[in-house]
Amino acid sequence: MTHSPKPVLAVGKYAALLAYLSFALFPLYWLLKIAVTPDQLIYTEGTNLWPSEFTFDNFRSVVFQTDFLSYFGNSLYVSLGTAAVTTLVAAGAGYAFSRFNFAGKRLLIAVMLITQMFPLLMIIAPIYKIIAGLGMLNSLTSLIVVYTAFNVPFATFLMQSFFDGIPKDLEEAAMMDGCSRFQALYKVIFPLTLPGLGATLGFVFTAAWSELLFALMLISKNEAMTFPVGLLTFVSKFSVDWGQMMAAGVLALVPSCLFFIFIQRYLVQGLTSGAVKG
Amino acid sequence: MARIELKDVKKRYGSVEVLRDVNLDIEDGEFIVLVGPSGCGKSTLLRMIAGLEPITGGDFLIDGKRMNDVRPRDRDIAMVFQSYALYPHMDVARNMGFSMEIRKDPAAERASRVKKAAETLGLTALTERLPKALSGGQRQRVAMGRAIIRDPRAFLFDEPLSNLDAALRVEMRLEIARLHQKLGATMIYVTHDQVEALTLADRIVVLNGGDIQQVGSPLELYERPANKFVAQFIGSPTMNIVPVTGGDGEVKTADGSVIKLPHLPDCGAAVELGIRPEHIDVVDPSEGDLIGVADVVEHLGSDTNIFTVVEGLGPLMVRKHGNIPAKSGDRLGLRIQPENAHIFGPDGRALRRVLEKVG
Amino acid sequence: MEGKAVISRKQNNVMPGETRARRSLYWQYMVEPFLYLSPAIVLIGLVMMIPLVIGISYSFQSIELLNPFNTGWVGFENYIDLWADRKFWIALENTFWWTFWSIAFQFSLGLGLALLLNTDFFGKKLFQALVFLPWAVPTFLSALTWAWLFNPVIGPLPHWLTALGILSEPYNIMGDPDLAMWGPIVANIWFGVPFFAITLLAALQSIPGELYEAAEIDGASAWQSFTKITLPFLAPMIAITVMLRTIWIANFADLIFVMTGGGPANSTQILSSYVFTTAFRKLDFGYASAIAVALLAILLVYAVFVLWLRKKLVKI
Ligand SMILES: Nc1ncnc2c1ncn2[C@@H]1O[C@H](COP(=O)(O)OP(=O)(O)O)[C@@H](O)[C@H]1O
Ligand SMILES: [Mg+2]
Repeated sequence: MTHSPKPVLAVGKYAALLAYLSFALFPLYWLLKIAVTPDQLIYTEGTNLWPSEFTFDNFRSVVFQTDFLSYFGNSLYVSLGTAAVTTLVAAGAGYAFSRFNFAGKRLLIAVMLITQMFPLLMIIAPIYKIIAGLGMLNSLTSLIVVYTAFNVPFATFLMQSFFDGIPKDLEEAAMMDGCSRFQALYKVIFPLTLPGLGATLGFVFTAAWSELLFALMLISKNEAMTFPVGLLTFVSKFSVDWGQMMAAGVLALVPSCLFFIFIQRYLVQGLTSGAVKG
Repeated sequence: MARIELKDVKKRYGSVEVLRDVNLDIEDGEFIVLVGPSGCGKSTLLRMIAGLEPITGGDFLIDGKRMNDVRPRDRDIAMVFQSYALYPHMDVARNMGFSMEIRKDPAAERASRVKKAAETLGLTALTERLPKALSGGQRQRVAMGRAIIRDPRAFLFDEPLSNLDAALRVEMRLEIARLHQKLGATMIYVTHDQVEALTLADRIVVLNGGDIQQVGSPLELYERPANKFVAQFIGSPTMNIVPVTGGDGEVKTADGSVIKLPHLPDCGAAVELGIRPEHIDVVDPSEGDLIGVADVVEHLGSDTNIFTVVEGLGPLMVRKHGNIPAKSGDRLGLRIQPENAHIFGPDGRALRRVLEKVG
Repeated sequence: MEGKAVISRKQNNVMPGETRARRSLYWQYMVEPFLYLSPAIVLIGLVMMIPLVIGISYSFQSIELLNPFNTGWVGFENYIDLWADRKFWIALENTFWWTFWSIAFQFSLGLGLALLLNTDFFGKKLFQALVFLPWAVPTFLSALTWAWLFNPVIGPLPHWLTALGILSEPYNIMGDPDLAMWGPIVANIWFGVPFFAITLLAALQSIPGELYEAAEIDGASAWQSFTKITLPFLAPMIAITVMLRTIWIANFADLIFVMTGGGPANSTQILSSYVFTTAFRKLDFGYASAIAVALLAILLVYAVFVLWLRKKLVKI
């Protein structure tokens, strides 16, 4: 890329950039547009690029007249819980993979890779029966447990890649300086891996925030519904209030976008660490 | 300060044997250097002494106590890593005082010890900096400071100077020598650089392929290498090795020349002759053992390196002190100094040693 | 060496390690990793591996929650039903097309985006954050948004397609069995391009710049650099990513479930959405598990085939 390209190529390049940008942003723009369009204009101005009137009524009514806040709270609880527990568990496992050679390591890694590949829906029926048998249907805790297990393999590979980036010498030096391995971990390695922990939290939060099918299966009570489940019942329960639904959607986007901004820097590292995840 | 003994110490990774039956007694206060080519197991041996790597077999003793199963933190040994392994999130003072922090020593004592060590190493102005704001040489000093502050029983160094440029390396080498004199502590130092080994060591341990080849003082290794490997590893430029057939007090080279070796009466088993470049004299072609044609001549000022080719035998390097007025293409008579010649048997072992034992 | 000072120091320094010496370092080295791993192992074992085995066993049972008296082992009955189930074969075919078109577009658009992002231009950081944004949008939201965009009454896409002459009139694409699959596929492309772009970008950035400089000195054109350096370097990465992604997409039912529910007339039903609707709507766990096992078997055969192919190609 040392030479400046020919003008034709430059124009083509910027045209391509613009095309990608509009493809990526147009649906999000539309989501926002519907959310701020007054109800009575949704049908008449459906295909206009720009609404003739703005309103925040949809946001107001979705927050104050629906169960939105409850869904939002449930999702936040489940996603934060999943993210925290997963990160803790994955940090331990990733550390072990990064620092130890032990019998069965290859097998364990293989098993973790396989869990990333087999159809998760395959276990939806057994999980439903087990959780029903434990009387834990409609419990957010059961969702956290299930989501944590689903996300641990990926998060483990991610954490492993972060630990791999921290020289082993450091904790060996700490152990020579009188630390136990755990002290070395806590005093030396942990402070250095804070960004990695943050990124893992972000990835897992985003994944848990958007999980739909298992939540649909395991949660049927309105007061325990997470955001995706609740939003889908918007569609079926009432005569669909599109404006409200889109407003709710915009609000649901906020947390994942916030986390996205944070984890953006780590995307490349995360997705090349041998892990595979939507 | 401590006596360290290794008895039949072994190391295996799975089925791969990395070290075989290492036996070594290190005296209190001794400076031991482990040398050998890359991958020969130097670091592994050092790390086993540190406790960072479990010992597969044999006994490892400090002051007569078996320490195989003692954790690193309880061995009271300090180590300086090749990468320095400074804690990136701690400033210089905290890096150096970390071991005392872990042992919960009083803060005042810690501060004074850190101050003293910083003075010793010329780091006083830098104690509040983070490692990333230090130069390579300064980081090296901090790593050493971290080790000396603990007043440990022994110091381990794993190629501590290999990340420094040449000038700094010389300077730090002297510093380490000074440190050893001052502390009088047992030190085990790993390097692949023979100059470091020869200048620092009380005794050198030459390792190759997981076996100890020879243990001895620098001069011993230079003058009486136990085998061809040590002979070629120690000394620069490398020793010339020439295939020969053995005889009685003499050997015959492939080109038919006979080299008299009155110091080595029984050379029957010899298959190779080793001679260091500095132990070949340049004489008149009519007088030499061999006749070489100068190929390349390097005038270094203090020395002259002459790369000669002996017909029917191959290349032979000669190094002479001072300036020798030779030039490419000259026919030179080469005389092997018989008292400095080495001969090796079919298994690569030096025959002289056998003779000396018999004698 | 037997000096008094040394000896006294030795005695002062009672080794704290002595008491622990019984416990072999070796033992510690073997056990310690499992200390760190055990929560992960327990979780994955209990929540994924055991249910997996149970799930396979379900496929040989009749478990219908709506029909609790009809429960028990039935051997291969579910599989025999499956063989005769027209919906299964339709879903299988749909799975193929869904996966194929999704991957094809995600990959080629992703590669294009990665190549663009590997060059310099003004505002690149912001651009990158914005084009990767779809990846962070929760799936159900993408599905709802795209369903809206495809809506013939209130969505813009049918009108635009009509204006471009692609459609004769703005009708409901997702109501047309021949075209309905394109709704979820487009949403999937939108959602999946960033993934490929990120992965390929990372691979591109790992190619040493000197290679291009050397090629330039050797007189290679930009196109030659691309085919002779970039592609061979990316090939292993591409192979493994495409394989893993294919499996992931074949399993990915969310978009279809939300956008079309498999309809109309099962024209968008893929195997994984069929598994979900059978389990979720009919509560027929035995049959759902049989479909899932069939899907697993197909993916396994595919994975083995791809790995075999890779081995074969690498050898040459
Ligand atoms: N963790 C390990 N697993 C397997 N082999 C190892 C391991 N660490 C070192 N080795 C092998 O042991 C040998 C000695 O390594 P090392 O002690 O690092 O050599 P060096 O003398 O260069 O310091 C090398 O051949 C290396 O490949
Ligand atoms: Mg080494």
